[in-house]
Amino acid sequence: MMRFLLLFSRQGKLRLQKWFTTYTDREKKKVIRDMMMLVLARAPRSCNFVQWRDLKIVYKRYASLYFCAGLETQDNELLSIEVLHRYVELLDRYFGNVCELDIIFNFEKAYFILDEFLMGGEVLETSKAAVLRSMEDADTLQETMEEYMSKPAY
Amino acid sequence: MSPSVPLQEMIRAIRSARTQCEERGVIQRECAAIRAQFRQSDNGGRSHNLAKLLYVHMLGYPAHFGQMECVRMIASPRYSEKRVGYLGAMMLLDEKQDASLLITNSIKNDLAHSNQYVQSLALCTLACMGSAEMCRDLAPEIDRLLRASNSYIKKKAALCAVHIVRKVHELGELFAPAARALLSEKNHGVLHGAVVLITELCERNPETLERFRKTVPDLVQIMKGLVISGYSPEHDVAGISDPFLQVRILRLLRILGRNNEAASDAMNDLLAQVATNTDSTKTVGNAVLYETVLTVLDIKSESGLRVLAVNILGRFLLNNDRNIRYIAMISLQKIVGTDHNAVQRHRGTIVDCLKDQDASVKRRALDLSLALVSASNIRSMMKELLLFLSSCPLELRSQAASGIFNAAERYAPSQRWHIDTILHVLTTAGGDVRDETVPNLIQLITNASELHCYTVHKLYRALITDITQQSLVQVACWCIGEYGDLLLRGECQETEPVQVTEDDVLDALETVLQSHMSSPATRGFALTATMKLSTRITDNVDRIRSIVSIYGSCIDVELQQRAVEYNALFKKYDHMRAAVLERMPVIEKNSPGHTNGESMGETVKEIQPAKIKQAESLLPPQPPNQVCDLLDLLGGSEETLQPSLALSGSAPGLPINTGSTAGGDLLDLLGGLEPTPVTPAPAVSVYEKEGVTLTLSCEKQSDTGLTVTLTASNSNDSDISSFTLQAAVPKSVQLHMKAPSGDSLPAHGTAKVTQTVILNNPNKVNLKMRVRVSYTRQGSAFQDMVQIDTFPGL
Repeated sequence: MMRFLLLFSRQGKLRLQKWFTTYTDREKKKVIRDMMMLVLARAPRSCNFVQWRDLKIVYKRYASLYFCAGLETQDNELLSIEVLHRYVELLDRYFGNVCELDIIFNFEKAYFILDEFLMGGEVLETSKAAVLRSMEDADTLQETMEEYMSKPAY
Repeated sequence: MSPSVPLQEMIRAIRSARTQCEERGVIQRECAAIRAQFRQSDNGGRSHNLAKLLYVHMLGYPAHFGQMECVRMIASPRYSEKRVGYLGAMMLLDEKQDASLLITNSIKNDLAHSNQYVQSLALCTLACMGSAEMCRDLAPEIDRLLRASNSYIKKKAALCAVHIVRKVHELGELFAPAARALLSEKNHGVLHGAVVLITELCERNPETLERFRKTVPDLVQIMKGLVISGYSPEHDVAGISDPFLQVRILRLLRILGRNNEAASDAMNDLLAQVATNTDSTKTVGNAVLYETVLTVLDIKSESGLRVLAVNILGRFLLNNDRNIRYIAMISLQKIVGTDHNAVQRHRGTIVDCLKDQDASVKRRALDLSLALVSASNIRSMMKELLLFLSSCPLELRSQAASGIFNAAERYAPSQRWHIDTILHVLTTAGGDVRDETVPNLIQLITNASELHCYTVHKLYRALITDITQQSLVQVACWCIGEYGDLLLRGECQETEPVQVTEDDVLDALETVLQSHMSSPATRGFALTATMKLSTRITDNVDRIRSIVSIYGSCIDVELQQRAVEYNALFKKYDHMRAAVLERMPVIEKNSPGHTNGESMGETVKEIQPAKIKQAESLLPPQPPNQVCDLLDLLGGSEETLQPSLALSGSAPGLPINTGSTAGGDLLDLLGGLEPTPVTPAPAVSVYEKEGVTLTLSCEKQSDTGLTVTLTASNSNDSDISSFTLQAAVPKSVQLHMKAPSGDSLPAHGTAKVTQTVILNNPNKVNLKMRVRVSYTRQGSAFQDMVQIDTFPGL
């Protein structure tokens, strides 16, 4: 299972953090610091897998954001690259040509999409279309006049 | 109180803050506003406020005052508020917080909600932060949902059940039947959840594993459907149909087929099909192939399939993509023990990966290369490994160095090669080797007696080039101390000899002694080496004396002690100096990696205080007895301090000493043993040289005890005086030397000298004894050594 999923920028700003196991606040901060140090120090065309303590770290860079996941020993690293890629595709479809600003200003939506795709560190839904359909339905349920008015004009 | 600012505007305000201080100010203002809003009763902007708080939390600021608000929002009837409330719960609450228990009831109610999206929120939150108590409370609900008719809910319930099983293992039993039923679903999401749940159950409980083995045919069926089926737009990823599900099914098959012939047979065909048909041009195809290979190698597959799997790994190794090569090496590492030959075929590619730029790939390649070293390829592999060592990243150096040492020790084709390799490593990476390398290398050098000349020349050259690598300097000093005479002789067959004078050698050692870069241990080595040279050189003994006396007032206590004792050797015990400082005998190694502790020089030092004390207490007796005492100290022993060097620096030596000076009543001390050495056992001649003959006879006293009698006689024309015998035995054997009957051997064998040696061999090891014979004849001293491997009568 995936232990955590982090999104951070090249400048070391955290954009999203999802923890699939229980960590104390101190531990979380340490993991975030270590991941940033580990990943940001890597050369451009290097291997996407790093061993860190007893976890396998899989990371991928998309434009200005690093997607970083911590896996356990029995997990398939190559598949995790696909998982990260699928998440980016979902964000892209949902926001329409997603960029980092979308994730910053609509971080709660990014979390909701993640919750439709992964749960408990495992893949929940393998079909891209199904995830997007459920997001649409949930959004419709939520939408009120108020929300509609305050959506940014990006 | 500032008016509530919508989320995006707050984010914009925070981002436009130019300094950390400004940002903190904005955030503090916002938090104050949010707190005030929380205290107010229900208004439309509650979800906004919580969302703002969550953003602030993500930036790293404290947000615990929002916990109760989360609880309240979750209980709200509005979906928008529930959504943000649950998100807040997942971010701010975890099982360690007390507030998390408060939401249990809300979750329970929402699990039974009519709207599936509300249900899904509850399921998601439970799966994210549910504590053990919450899981126990809500498990029956989840089980009920697993049997619901809604696939959206079923798939979420399945993964929620996985979390519950991870938290509370006993509840696995509860979910097993429902999980079984889910395998017949068509919806991929539900299937995937079911497979994950079954995997979790099987991993935790072996009985459940047995029960689920029956599902192997079903799983094979599902998998075949995925592999053979045509294009399905819902689940297709680069030509592979639902790779996520495929990989999970393969993983489950691996667990079910492990150690089970029947299950493994059932999946053989399928695995072969997947391995051959999957397109390996994209990462996703390789992900499926990788999982297939792992499964094939783990179950009891037939050999053809195994070969196929290893070939796939071989193809991976040649792939341009670094990730794939990394994966291949990890998998090969797992099977290098079992399928060694198959992996050997790819040795060339693996060794090439040592030169890759990427640190992860390098690390894997190093591990695998070290595992592939064997007697046949040791020379070429070592060349590559040494090349790697000189350019490898720092974090890998000590691992590489110790790996090289192990490989060299196991497969060295010749001693000279072995020594060369170790010297090479010490010069390149001397700072990163383990401490036991120094004694190991010293032991190796002493064993290779024909290479002493070669070794000391090489080490001397290395020493004058560079004195920063401590291990190398220590070994070099030791060698120069031991074999300095070979160095000064200036001739060597194996390598070009260096023309050194005694002054050069002493200069080199003094440089080490005085340098700031030398560690205290290294300086100890250098001082002892200088001292040892006093018996091996002829001209500059005075220089050595002055060096030694200077260090008698050194601040370092260790050096000072050594210097003072060596000084004493020069002054009072000059007659003993030669014996004390002579060549070390070959050290027997106890076990690989056996740490002989500090340098061999220490043993010389350790003998000193004992000897000086002993000698002082026995000064009254005449000189010949003193030599006897020396004999007893070096030859007789209760406990051996170092393997094969029978030393005694302790009290047990004393009773025998006083016994010997008393000249007789040893028998009482050793009590109950046969007093006369005359035994019915046959006497075997073990040594015959220069007219001196030594015969040995032995008699078994008990199961582990043995009495050995050595008889010496002299057939020369001249008398022999100061005849002494010293003996050494393997470490676990105890040795008592009785006093000899005398120490002079008159000419023409008119009288003999007998010496009795009592041996106790409790561990029943192979008994060997080394005897050193020393005597004076016609004014000159003789010394010789003989090894006795077989004992007559044993």
